[in-house]
Amino acid sequence: MGQKLLLNSKEINIILHRLACQLIENHTTFEDSVLIGIQPRGVYLADRLQKILKDDYNIKDVLMGKLDITFYRDDFRRSSKPLEANKTSIDFVVEDKRVVFIDDVLYTGRSIRSALTAIQSFGRPRDIELLTFIDRRFSRHLPIQPDYNGRQVDAINEEKVKVHWKENEGEDAVYVVNK
Amino acid sequence: MSELSVNHLLGIKYLNKEDIELIFQTADHFKEVINRPIKKVPSLRDITIANLFFENSTRTRLSFELAEKRLSADVINFSAASSSVKKGETLIDTVSNILSMKVDMVVMRHPNPGAGIFLSKHVNASIINAGDGAHEHPTQALLDSYSIRERLGEVEGKKIVIVGDILHSRVALSNIFALKLQGAEVKVCGPKTLIPKYIESLGVEVETNLRKALEWCDVANMLRVQNERMEISYFPSTREYIQLFGLNKAMLDSLSKKIVIMHPGPINRGVEITSEVADSDQAIILDQVQNGVAIRMAVIYLLASKIK
Repeated sequence: MGQKLLLNSKEINIILHRLACQLIENHTTFEDSVLIGIQPRGVYLADRLQKILKDDYNIKDVLMGKLDITFYRDDFRRSSKPLEANKTSIDFVVEDKRVVFIDDVLYTGRSIRSALTAIQSFGRPRDIELLTFIDRRFSRHLPIQPDYNGRQVDAINEEKVKVHWKENEGEDAVYVVNK
Repeated sequence: MSELSVNHLLGIKYLNKEDIELIFQTADHFKEVINRPIKKVPSLRDITIANLFFENSTRTRLSFELAEKRLSADVINFSAASSSVKKGETLIDTVSNILSMKVDMVVMRHPNPGAGIFLSKHVNASIINAGDGAHEHPTQALLDSYSIRERLGEVEGKKIVIVGDILHSRVALSNIFALKLQGAEVKVCGPKTLIPKYIESLGVEVETNLRKALEWCDVANMLRVQNERMEISYFPSTREYIQLFGLNKAMLDSLSKKIVIMHPGPINRGVEITSEVADSDQAIILDQVQNGVAIRMAVIYLLASKIK
Protein backbone atom coordinates (compact mmCIF):
# COMPACT_ATOMS: atom_id res chain seq x y z
CA MET A 1 0.00 0.00 0.00
CA GLY A 2 1.76 3.11 -1.23
CA GLN A 3 0.89 6.64 -0.31
CA LYS A 4 1.78 9.97 -1.88
CA LEU A 5 1.83 13.30 -0.08
CA LEU A 6 -0.54 15.70 -1.81
CA LEU A 7 -0.52 18.68 0.55
CA ASN A 8 1.79 19.50 3.45
CA SER A 9 0.99 21.43 6.60
CA LYS A 10 2.06 24.81 5.14
CA GLU A 11 -0.12 24.37 2.04
CA ILE A 12 -3.05 23.24 4.19
CA ASN A 13 -2.71 26.33 6.34
CA ILE A 14 -2.82 28.62 3.29
CA ILE A 15 -5.91 26.85 1.97
CA LEU A 16 -7.66 27.05 5.37
CA HIS A 17 -7.11 30.80 5.46
CA ARG A 18 -8.37 31.20 1.91
CA LEU A 19 -11.53 29.21 2.74
CA ALA A 20 -12.08 31.32 5.85
CA CYS A 21 -11.77 34.50 3.78
CA GLN A 22 -14.17 33.18 1.15
CA LEU A 23 -16.68 32.42 3.92
CA ILE A 24 -16.31 35.96 5.28
CA GLU A 25 -16.83 37.35 1.79
CA ASN A 26 -20.27 35.72 1.64
CA HIS A 27 -21.32 35.76 5.29
CA THR A 28 -19.60 38.95 6.61
CA THR A 29 -20.52 38.85 10.32
CA PHE A 30 -21.99 35.33 10.45
CA GLU A 31 -24.98 36.79 12.26
CA ASP A 32 -27.45 34.35 10.66
CA SER A 33 -24.91 31.78 9.53
CA VAL A 34 -24.02 28.44 11.09
CA LEU A 35 -21.25 25.96 10.35
CA ILE A 36 -22.26 22.31 10.34
CA GLY A 37 -19.43 19.76 10.43
CA ILE A 38 -20.40 16.43 8.90
CA GLN A 39 -19.48 13.56 11.23
CA PRO A 40 -17.00 12.11 11.64
CA ARG A 41 -14.26 13.83 9.65
CA GLY A 42 -15.84 17.12 8.69
CA VAL A 43 -15.88 18.18 12.32
CA TYR A 44 -12.08 18.68 12.49
CA LEU A 45 -12.23 21.01 9.51
CA ALA A 46 -15.20 22.93 10.93
CA ASP A 47 -13.35 23.33 14.25
CA ARG A 48 -10.29 24.71 12.43
CA LEU A 49 -12.28 27.19 10.40
CA GLN A 50 -14.17 28.39 13.45
CA LYS A 51 -10.85 28.92 15.24
CA ILE A 52 -9.29 30.82 12.32
CA LEU A 53 -12.37 33.05 12.06
CA LYS A 54 -12.05 33.86 15.75
CA ASP A 55 -8.27 34.19 16.15
CA ASP A 56 -7.28 35.82 12.85
CA TYR A 57 -10.38 37.68 11.73
CA ASN A 58 -11.98 38.52 15.07
CA ILE A 59 -15.33 36.90 14.20
CA LYS A 60 -16.33 35.38 17.51
CA ASP A 61 -19.15 33.06 18.48
CA VAL A 62 -19.75 31.55 15.07
CA LEU A 63 -22.35 28.86 15.74
CA MET A 64 -21.09 25.37 14.98
CA GLY A 65 -22.87 22.04 15.06
CA LYS A 66 -22.00 18.43 14.35
CA LEU A 67 -24.31 16.41 12.17
CA ASP A 68 -24.26 12.62 11.99
CA ILE A 69 -25.80 11.19 8.86
CA THR A 70 -25.64 7.46 9.66
CA PHE A 71 -29.40 6.97 10.02
CA TYR A 72 -30.04 8.88 6.77
CA ARG A 73 -27.65 6.96 4.53
CA ASP A 74 -28.96 5.14 1.47
CA ASP A 75 -26.70 2.09 1.86
CA PHE A 76 -28.25 0.63 5.04
CA ARG A 77 -28.07 -3.19 4.70
CA ARG A 78 -26.10 -2.78 1.47
CA SER A 79 -22.62 -2.31 2.90
CA SER A 80 -20.84 -5.35 4.29
CA LYS A 81 -19.95 -3.61 7.54
CA PRO A 82 -22.61 -2.27 9.93
CA LEU A 83 -22.79 1.52 9.84
CA GLU A 84 -21.26 3.24 12.82
CA ALA A 85 -23.14 6.17 14.27
CA ASN A 86 -21.53 9.30 15.72
CA LYS A 87 -22.80 12.01 17.96
CA THR A 88 -25.04 14.73 16.58
CA SER A 89 -24.93 17.98 18.51
CA ILE A 90 -26.84 20.92 17.12
CA ASP A 91 -27.98 22.95 20.10
CA PHE A 92 -29.57 25.74 18.08
CA VAL A 93 -32.44 25.94 15.62
CA VAL A 94 -31.43 26.09 11.96
CA GLU A 95 -34.79 27.57 10.98
CA ASP A 96 -34.15 30.49 8.58
CA LYS A 97 -30.37 30.24 9.14
CA ARG A 98 -27.72 30.22 6.42
CA VAL A 99 -26.13 26.80 6.79
CA VAL A 100 -22.66 25.84 5.59
CA PHE A 101 -22.01 22.08 5.44
CA ILE A 102 -18.36 21.29 6.05
CA ASP A 103 -16.75 18.00 5.08
CA ASP A 104 -13.19 16.93 4.38
CA VAL A 105 -13.54 14.95 1.13
CA LEU A 106 -16.34 15.20 -1.44
CA TYR A 107 -16.42 11.95 -3.37
CA THR A 108 -19.71 10.38 -4.58
CA GLY A 109 -21.86 13.11 -3.03
CA ARG A 110 -24.00 10.56 -1.19
CA SER A 111 -23.00 11.78 2.29
CA ILE A 112 -24.07 15.29 1.39
CA ARG A 113 -27.34 13.96 -0.03
CA SER A 114 -27.94 12.29 3.36
CA ALA A 115 -26.94 15.46 5.20
CA LEU A 116 -29.48 17.47 3.20
CA THR A 117 -32.20 15.13 4.47
CA ALA A 118 -30.82 14.99 8.01
CA ILE A 119 -30.65 18.76 8.50
CA GLN A 120 -34.38 19.04 7.86
CA SER A 121 -34.96 17.44 11.25
CA PHE A 122 -33.64 20.62 12.82
CA GLY A 123 -35.72 23.13 10.87
CA ARG A 124 -35.85 24.75 7.44
CA PRO A 125 -32.64 26.65 6.68
CA ARG A 126 -32.77 29.76 4.48
CA ASP A 127 -30.05 28.29 2.28
CA ILE A 128 -27.39 25.62 2.44
CA GLU A 129 -23.87 25.83 1.03
CA LEU A 130 -21.16 23.20 0.86
CA LEU A 131 -17.52 23.61 1.80
CA THR A 132 -15.12 20.74 1.16
CA PHE A 133 -11.38 20.53 1.61
CA ILE A 134 -10.80 18.00 -1.16
CA ASP A 135 -13.07 17.72 -4.18
CA ARG A 136 -12.58 14.41 -6.01
CA ARG A 137 -14.08 15.51 -9.28
CA PHE A 138 -15.19 12.97 -11.92
CA SER A 139 -16.31 10.53 -9.18
CA ARG A 140 -19.70 12.00 -8.38
CA HIS A 141 -22.82 9.79 -8.32
CA LEU A 142 -25.17 12.73 -7.72
CA PRO A 143 -25.45 16.30 -8.98
CA ILE A 144 -23.78 17.89 -5.95
CA GLN A 145 -20.91 20.43 -6.20
CA PRO A 146 -19.06 22.42 -3.53
CA ASP A 147 -19.49 26.18 -3.12
CA TYR A 148 -16.11 26.49 -1.42
CA ASN A 149 -13.34 24.14 -2.34
CA GLY A 150 -9.88 23.56 -0.89
CA ARG A 151 -8.24 21.57 -3.67
CA GLN A 152 -9.53 19.61 -6.63
CA VAL A 153 -8.06 16.14 -6.96
CA ASP A 154 -8.23 13.70 -9.86
CA ALA A 155 -7.89 10.32 -8.17
CA ILE A 156 -8.99 7.01 -9.61
CA ASN A 157 -11.53 4.89 -7.77
CA GLU A 158 -8.87 2.47 -6.50
CA GLU A 159 -7.23 5.32 -4.66
CA LYS A 160 -8.31 6.87 -1.38
CA VAL A 161 -7.71 10.47 -0.37
CA LYS A 162 -6.93 10.81 3.34
CA VAL A 163 -6.92 14.11 5.16
CA HIS A 164 -4.89 14.05 8.39
CA TRP A 165 -5.43 16.66 11.09
CA LYS A 166 -3.04 17.57 13.88
CA GLU A 167 -5.76 17.05 16.51
CA ASN A 168 -6.36 13.48 15.44
CA GLU A 169 -3.43 12.06 13.47
CA GLY A 170 -0.71 14.33 14.88
CA GLU A 171 0.03 16.13 11.60
CA ASP A 172 -1.67 18.25 8.97
CA ALA A 173 -1.31 16.46 5.63
CA VAL A 174 -3.29 15.12 2.70
CA TYR A 175 -2.30 11.76 1.19
CA VAL A 176 -3.40 9.78 -1.82
CA VAL A 177 -3.34 6.11 -0.83
CA ASN A 178 -3.43 3.07 -3.10
CA LYS A 179 -5.97 0.66 -1.64
CA MET B 1 -18.90 -0.82 15.07
CA SER B 2 -19.40 -4.45 15.75
CA GLU B 3 -22.74 -6.13 15.24
CA LEU B 4 -25.05 -8.14 17.45
CA SER B 5 -24.09 -11.78 17.98
CA VAL B 6 -27.71 -12.85 17.42
CA ASN B 7 -30.24 -12.58 14.57
CA HIS B 8 -33.26 -12.50 16.89
CA LEU B 9 -33.88 -10.99 20.30
CA LEU B 10 -35.52 -13.94 22.04
CA GLY B 11 -34.18 -13.35 25.52
CA ILE B 12 -31.34 -11.74 27.44
CA LYS B 13 -30.04 -15.28 28.04
CA TYR B 14 -28.82 -15.38 24.43
CA LEU B 15 -26.96 -12.05 24.54
CA ASN B 16 -23.44 -11.31 25.68
CA LYS B 17 -22.04 -8.27 27.45
CA GLU B 18 -20.81 -6.68 24.20
CA ASP B 19 -24.30 -6.98 22.67
CA ILE B 20 -25.79 -5.06 25.59
CA GLU B 21 -23.11 -2.36 25.36
CA LEU B 22 -23.71 -2.02 21.61
CA ILE B 23 -27.47 -1.70 22.14
CA PHE B 24 -26.89 0.99 24.79
CA GLN B 25 -24.48 2.97 22.60
CA THR B 26 -26.93 2.84 19.71
CA ALA B 27 -29.78 3.84 22.03
CA ASP B 28 -27.77 6.92 23.09
CA HIS B 29 -27.90 8.12 19.48
CA PHE B 30 -31.61 7.40 19.16
CA LYS B 31 -32.34 9.16 22.43
CA GLU B 32 -30.82 12.27 20.85
CA VAL B 33 -32.95 11.68 17.73
CA ILE B 34 -36.24 11.43 19.63
CA ASN B 35 -35.55 14.72 21.38
CA ARG B 36 -35.20 16.61 18.08
CA PRO B 37 -37.95 18.84 16.67
CA ILE B 38 -38.48 16.17 14.01
CA LYS B 39 -38.11 12.81 15.69
CA LYS B 40 -37.89 10.55 12.69
CA VAL B 41 -35.03 9.03 10.68
CA PRO B 42 -35.41 7.22 7.35
CA SER B 43 -33.11 4.25 8.13
CA LEU B 44 -35.66 1.44 7.89
CA ARG B 45 -37.78 2.72 5.04
CA ASP B 46 -37.51 -0.61 3.19
CA ILE B 47 -38.37 -2.79 6.21
CA THR B 48 -41.82 -4.05 7.18
CA ILE B 49 -42.50 -5.09 10.75
CA ALA B 50 -45.47 -7.05 12.10
CA ASN B 51 -46.47 -6.54 15.71
CA LEU B 52 -48.20 -9.72 16.84
CA PHE B 53 -49.81 -9.43 20.24
CA PHE B 54 -51.41 -12.65 21.40
CA GLU B 55 -51.72 -11.13 24.86
CA ASN B 56 -52.90 -7.73 26.04
CA SER B 57 -50.41 -4.91 26.14
CA THR B 58 -50.65 -1.17 25.97
CA ARG B 59 -47.31 0.44 26.70
CA THR B 60 -45.09 -2.21 25.14
CA ARG B 61 -47.11 -2.25 21.93
CA LEU B 62 -47.22 1.56 21.73
CA SER B 63 -43.52 1.77 22.51
CA PHE B 64 -42.61 -0.74 19.80
CA GLU B 65 -44.91 0.90 17.28
CA LEU B 66 -43.48 4.33 18.01
CA ALA B 67 -39.92 2.99 17.73
CA GLU B 68 -40.74 1.37 14.38
CA LYS B 69 -42.38 4.50 13.02
CA ARG B 70 -39.53 6.75 14.17
CA LEU B 71 -37.22 4.52 12.12
CA SER B 72 -39.60 4.86 9.12
CA ALA B 73 -40.44 1.16 8.96
CA ASP B 74 -43.83 0.06 7.65
CA VAL B 75 -45.88 -1.40 10.47
CA ILE B 76 -48.78 -3.82 10.62
CA ASN B 77 -50.55 -4.63 13.85
CA PHE B 78 -52.30 -7.75 14.89
CA SER B 79 -53.97 -8.65 18.13
CA ALA B 80 -55.24 -12.10 18.94
CA ALA B 81 -58.64 -10.88 20.05
CA SER B 82 -59.64 -9.92 16.51
CA SER B 83 -57.89 -12.67 14.55
CA SER B 84 -58.19 -16.12 13.09
CA VAL B 85 -56.45 -17.53 16.16
CA LYS B 86 -59.92 -17.57 17.62
CA LYS B 87 -60.97 -19.69 14.65
CA GLY B 88 -58.35 -22.32 15.46
CA GLU B 89 -55.36 -21.34 13.35
CA THR B 90 -51.93 -22.47 14.62
CA LEU B 91 -49.16 -20.02 15.49
CA ILE B 92 -46.95 -21.08 12.58
CA ASP B 93 -49.83 -20.76 10.13
CA THR B 94 -50.78 -17.33 11.43
CA VAL B 95 -47.21 -16.06 11.18
CA SER B 96 -46.51 -17.75 7.83
CA ASN B 97 -49.56 -16.04 6.37
CA ILE B 98 -48.34 -12.69 7.58
CA LEU B 99 -44.80 -13.33 6.34
CA SER B 100 -46.01 -14.30 2.89
CA MET B 101 -47.04 -10.66 2.61
CA LYS B 102 -43.27 -9.86 2.69
CA VAL B 103 -42.72 -8.95 6.30
CA ASP B 104 -39.08 -8.74 7.46
CA MET B 105 -39.42 -8.68 11.21
CA VAL B 106 -41.87 -9.90 13.81
CA VAL B 107 -42.38 -8.41 17.26
CA MET B 108 -44.35 -10.92 19.27
CA ARG B 109 -45.97 -11.12 22.66
CA HIS B 110 -47.39 -14.51 23.52
CA PRO B 111 -48.75 -16.11 26.70
CA ASN B 112 -46.66 -19.27 26.22
CA PRO B 113 -43.03 -19.32 27.38
CA GLY B 114 -40.69 -20.09 24.49
CA ALA B 115 -43.15 -19.04 21.77
CA GLY B 116 -40.55 -16.75 20.19
CA ILE B 117 -37.85 -19.42 20.23
CA PHE B 118 -40.25 -21.91 18.65
CA LEU B 119 -41.21 -19.44 15.94
CA SER B 120 -37.60 -18.47 15.15
CA LYS B 121 -36.94 -22.11 14.22
CA HIS B 122 -39.85 -22.31 11.81
CA VAL B 123 -40.14 -19.01 9.99
CA ASN B 124 -37.74 -16.89 8.02
CA ALA B 125 -37.91 -13.52 9.75
CA SER B 126 -36.12 -11.71 12.52
CA ILE B 127 -38.06 -12.22 15.78
CA ILE B 128 -38.20 -9.86 18.74
CA ASN B 129 -39.71 -11.27 21.89
CA ALA B 130 -41.98 -8.67 23.50
CA GLY B 131 -42.81 -10.99 26.39
CA ASP B 132 -43.45 -14.72 26.37
CA GLY B 133 -45.53 -15.84 29.34
CA ALA B 134 -43.56 -15.78 32.58
CA HIS B 135 -40.30 -16.40 30.71
CA GLU B 136 -38.53 -13.32 29.29
CA HIS B 137 -39.20 -9.71 28.35
CA PRO B 138 -35.79 -8.69 27.01
CA THR B 139 -36.49 -5.12 25.85
CA GLN B 140 -37.91 -4.28 29.28
CA ALA B 141 -34.75 -5.54 30.98
CA LEU B 142 -32.58 -3.60 28.53
CA LEU B 143 -34.45 -0.36 29.13
CA ASP B 144 -34.32 -0.95 32.89
CA SER B 145 -30.53 -1.38 32.82
CA TYR B 146 -30.22 1.57 30.45
CA SER B 147 -32.21 3.73 32.87
CA ILE B 148 -29.99 2.63 35.78
CA ARG B 149 -26.90 3.43 33.71
CA GLU B 150 -28.35 6.84 32.88
CA ARG B 151 -29.17 7.69 36.51
CA LEU B 152 -26.18 6.12 38.30
CA GLY B 153 -23.48 6.22 35.60
CA GLU B 154 -23.03 2.48 35.32
CA VAL B 155 -24.66 -0.82 36.17
CA GLU B 156 -21.54 -2.73 37.18
CA GLY B 157 -21.16 -3.07 40.94
CA LYS B 158 -24.59 -1.60 41.69
CA LYS B 159 -26.99 -3.35 44.05
CA ILE B 160 -30.46 -3.96 42.71
CA VAL B 161 -33.39 -5.52 44.51
CA ILE B 162 -36.41 -6.77 42.61
CA VAL B 163 -39.48 -6.69 44.83
CA GLY B 164 -42.81 -8.43 44.44
CA ASP B 165 -44.22 -11.21 42.31
CA ILE B 166 -41.05 -12.83 41.02
CA LEU B 167 -42.76 -16.14 40.23
CA HIS B 168 -45.01 -14.81 37.46
CA SER B 169 -42.66 -12.12 36.22
CA ARG B 170 -40.86 -12.23 32.89
CA VAL B 171 -39.48 -8.79 33.77
CA ALA B 172 -37.75 -10.27 36.82
CA LEU B 173 -36.07 -13.10 34.93
CA SER B 174 -34.84 -10.91 32.06
CA ASN B 175 -33.66 -8.30 34.55
CA ILE B 176 -31.72 -10.89 36.55
CA PHE B 177 -29.95 -12.11 33.39
CA ALA B 178 -29.20 -8.58 32.20
CA LEU B 179 -27.98 -7.25 35.55
CA LYS B 180 -25.79 -10.24 36.31
CA LEU B 181 -24.28 -10.05 32.83
CA GLN B 182 -23.30 -6.44 33.49
CA GLY B 183 -21.76 -7.25 36.87
CA ALA B 184 -24.47 -5.97 39.21
CA GLU B 185 -25.49 -7.61 42.47
CA VAL B 186 -29.10 -8.76 42.55
CA LYS B 187 -31.49 -9.70 45.34
CA VAL B 188 -35.14 -10.60 45.08
CA CYS B 189 -37.67 -9.79 47.76
CA GLY B 190 -41.29 -10.88 48.16
CA PRO B 191 -43.59 -13.42 49.79
CA LYS B 192 -41.93 -16.84 49.78
CA THR B 193 -44.83 -18.22 47.76
CA LEU B 194 -44.06 -15.76 44.95
CA ILE B 195 -40.35 -16.55 44.75
CA PRO B 196 -39.37 -19.47 42.50
CA LYS B 197 -37.80 -22.38 44.37
CA TYR B 198 -34.56 -22.51 42.37
CA ILE B 199 -34.02 -18.76 41.98
CA GLU B 200 -30.70 -18.93 43.88
CA SER B 201 -29.24 -21.03 41.08
CA LEU B 202 -29.28 -17.82 39.00
CA GLY B 203 -26.86 -16.24 41.46
CA VAL B 204 -29.35 -14.02 43.25
CA GLU B 205 -30.07 -13.87 46.96
CA VAL B 206 -33.52 -14.03 48.53
CA GLU B 207 -34.54 -11.50 51.17
CA THR B 208 -38.01 -11.67 52.68
CA ASN B 209 -37.72 -8.49 54.76
CA LEU B 210 -38.43 -5.43 52.63
CA ARG B 211 -36.68 -2.95 54.93
CA LYS B 212 -33.47 -5.00 54.98
CA ALA B 213 -33.59 -5.32 51.20
CA LEU B 214 -34.06 -1.58 50.70
CA GLU B 215 -31.27 -0.70 53.15
CA TRP B 216 -28.95 -2.90 51.12
CA CYS B 217 -29.78 -1.71 47.61
CA ASP B 218 -29.03 1.24 45.30
CA VAL B 219 -32.06 0.57 43.13
CA ALA B 220 -35.42 -1.04 43.91
CA ASN B 221 -37.45 -2.37 41.01
CA MET B 222 -41.00 -2.72 42.30
CA LEU B 223 -43.04 -5.28 40.38
CA ARG B 224 -46.78 -5.56 40.15
CA VAL B 225 -48.64 -8.50 41.63
CA GLN B 226 -49.93 -10.30 38.55
CA ASN B 227 -53.36 -11.33 39.78
CA GLU B 228 -54.36 -12.35 36.26
CA ARG B 229 -51.76 -15.13 36.29
CA MET B 230 -52.78 -16.49 39.68
CA GLU B 231 -55.18 -19.37 39.85
CA ILE B 232 -54.70 -19.84 43.59
CA SER B 233 -54.05 -17.42 46.45
CA TYR B 234 -50.35 -16.88 47.06
CA PHE B 235 -50.82 -14.58 50.05
CA PRO B 236 -53.70 -14.10 52.51
CA SER B 237 -54.87 -10.66 51.40
CA THR B 238 -53.84 -7.60 49.40
CA ARG B 239 -53.90 -5.66 52.66
CA GLU B 240 -51.32 -7.96 54.19
CA TYR B 241 -49.19 -7.78 51.03
CA ILE B 242 -49.20 -3.97 51.24
CA GLN B 243 -48.16 -4.06 54.90
CA LEU B 244 -45.24 -6.39 54.26
CA PHE B 245 -44.09 -5.55 50.71
CA GLY B 246 -45.69 -2.23 49.79
CA LEU B 247 -43.35 0.76 49.67
CA ASN B 248 -44.61 4.03 51.12
CA LYS B 249 -43.02 7.45 51.51
CA ALA B 250 -42.40 7.05 55.25
CA MET B 251 -40.30 3.95 54.67
CA LEU B 252 -38.49 5.50 51.71
CA ASP B 253 -37.58 8.59 53.75
CA SER B 254 -36.44 6.53 56.73
CA LEU B 255 -33.74 4.75 54.71
CA SER B 256 -30.13 5.74 55.31
CA LYS B 257 -29.55 6.68 51.63
CA LYS B 258 -31.57 7.87 48.64
CA ILE B 259 -32.35 4.87 46.53
CA VAL B 260 -33.70 4.87 42.97
CA ILE B 261 -37.24 3.54 42.48
CA MET B 262 -38.21 1.74 39.27
CA HIS B 263 -41.43 0.17 38.08
CA PRO B 264 -42.08 -1.55 34.76
CA GLY B 265 -45.75 -0.53 34.78
CA PRO B 266 -48.65 -0.73 34.94
CA ILE B 267 -48.59 0.51 38.53
CA ASN B 268 -51.20 -0.53 41.03
CA ARG B 269 -50.98 2.67 43.04
CA GLY B 270 -51.37 1.96 46.74
CA VAL B 271 -50.35 -1.68 46.40
CA GLU B 272 -46.67 -2.21 45.53
CA ILE B 273 -45.90 1.53 45.80
CA THR B 274 -47.93 4.48 46.98
CA SER B 275 -48.67 7.47 44.76
CA GLU B 276 -46.24 9.62 46.72
CA VAL B 277 -43.41 7.20 45.99
CA ALA B 278 -44.36 6.80 42.33
CA ASP B 279 -44.37 10.58 41.84
CA SER B 280 -41.28 11.34 43.95
CA ASP B 281 -38.00 12.54 42.45
CA GLN B 282 -36.40 9.23 43.40
CA ALA B 283 -38.68 7.41 40.95
CA ILE B 284 -37.47 7.11 37.34
CA ILE B 285 -40.62 5.41 36.08
CA LEU B 286 -41.33 7.89 33.29
CA ASP B 287 -37.63 7.94 32.27
CA GLN B 288 -37.98 4.19 31.81
CA VAL B 289 -40.88 4.74 29.44
CA GLN B 290 -38.98 7.31 27.38
CA ASN B 291 -35.86 5.14 27.29
CA GLY B 292 -38.05 2.25 26.16
CA VAL B 293 -38.55 3.88 22.77
CA ALA B 294 -34.82 4.56 22.32
CA ILE B 295 -33.88 1.01 23.36
CA ARG B 296 -36.45 -0.55 21.03
CA MET B 297 -35.25 1.65 18.17
CA ALA B 298 -31.71 0.44 18.84
CA VAL B 299 -32.71 -3.23 18.95
CA ILE B 300 -34.79 -2.99 15.78
CA TYR B 301 -32.09 -1.01 13.96
CA LEU B 302 -29.32 -3.45 14.90
CA LEU B 303 -31.37 -6.54 14.03
CA ALA B 304 -32.61 -4.99 10.77
CA SER B 305 -29.03 -4.31 9.70
CA LYS B 306 -28.49 -8.09 9.76
CA ILE B 307 -31.38 -8.86 7.42
CA LYS B 308 -29.90 -9.64 4.02
